[in-house]
Amino acid sequence: MRSLINILDLSVEEIDRMLDVADDIIANREKYSEVCHGKKLATLFFEPSTRTRLSFEAAMYELGGNVLGFSAAASSSASKGESVADTTRMACCYADIIAMRHPKEGAPLVASKVTSVPVINAGDGGHNHPTQTLTDLLTIRRKKGRLNNFTIGFCGDLKFGRTVHSLITALARYEGIKIVLISPDELKLPSYIKKDVIKNNGIEYVQTTDLEAVLPELDVLYMTRVQQERFFSEEEYIRLRDSYILTRKKLDKAKEDLIILHPLPRVNEISTDVDDDPRACYFEQALCGKFVRMALIMELLGIHLD
Amino acid sequence: MNIDSIKEGLVIDHITAGNAMRIYNLLGFDKLECSIAIIKNVNSKKMGKKDIIKIDSNIDINLEALGYIDPGITVDVIRDSKLVEKRHVDLPETLHGVLRCKNPRCITSVEQELSQEFMLTDRENRVYRCVYCEAKAN
Ligand SMILES: [Zn+2]
Repeated sequence: MRSLINILDLSVEEIDRMLDVADDIIANREKYSEVCHGKKLATLFFEPSTRTRLSFEAAMYELGGNVLGFSAAASSSASKGESVADTTRMACCYADIIAMRHPKEGAPLVASKVTSVPVINAGDGGHNHPTQTLTDLLTIRRKKGRLNNFTIGFCGDLKFGRTVHSLITALARYEGIKIVLISPDELKLPSYIKKDVIKNNGIEYVQTTDLEAVLPELDVLYMTRVQQERFFSEEEYIRLRDSYILTRKKLDKAKEDLIILHPLPRVNEISTDVDDDPRACYFEQALCGKFVRMALIMELLGIHLD
Repeated sequence: MNIDSIKEGLVIDHITAGNAMRIYNLLGFDKLECSIAIIKNVNSKKMGKKDIIKIDSNIDINLEALGYIDPGITVDVIRDSKLVEKRHVDLPETLHGVLRCKNPRCITSVEQELSQEFMLTDRENRVYRCVYCEAKAN
């Protein structure tokens, strides 16, 4: 049975096909309203993540399916010491597909090895979050009309930002991608990703600390949260934080057709005066998340419409 | 035990000199009941010096672990005093139960009964990563 644990579990062709289905869902909502009739999705969320869980649940309901599950370890048997494997074995008696969120890295892989139903990794600690990456890809493709030949800037916390690592990994398989890494020295992209993913795939990249200087070159700007707890001192944080805040004023120098993405939730790294700029796409991105999850659920359940 | 003539057993040969005790420990040979000979610093035309381990029983041996420690090793299988098979080990693609993941955020750190599995992700630099969390083995 197919599962989605890491974005690289999907080939480029499979991703493209799934994004086609997502586009078709957006265009023809009615056509898909009953395709998962009688099917159940189990959301096993060992740590709370309201945003991701609601997106999965809405996706399944819009396909005409049902949802069951739990939303924090405290309300599940895991708090009584049950293993991930046993909780999964129990859940697959009742569900046709599982979406799992877990604070420990690799937990969804453990689940996928013991069950007969597909498992979707809905985030495992700081490790993988493939449905966020599918969301990002769908948003870029809908806005730009392509997933090749563009310059994308990643700004903020590139060291711990798993959504950044995962999107870079996914984009490395497309042609003509140029990557601009924008972060303070303390939060630079880990060297193994630079080597294994960017250099090994021969991708052109630039590393800088200055957002404003590179902004005019970008077709896509992927903003991330700069978390205070990552810094050594408060002064350091305040000094660096402001240089990675996107404001309406800084956008004056950006391209007209730039798109600005953010995995959300944001704190203050995008000032609210950017929200009604037509280049701000992060709320639409959240909506794309639901549609791409619908396409993914269909794919993993083997449901194909012509 | 006559170390030159094994009737039934294994000869682990072409061990890089100095690695025999590491293999002995990592493969848990201290727990075996049968006779074992460790021969160190044997003259070898090919290697200069090498170590050899002879085991007086046809035990199941973890070839992955051997390949991980020392990819040039050969294992001779002896039956009825005859060499019946010569196995070459290589740097294995996967390692089962050889290394432990040290990443505190890894699921294996809280669920101790999970099997420890690593995969080779960079042959040139011999990099193994945990299959669960992708942390580098060290
Ligand atoms: Zn691990």
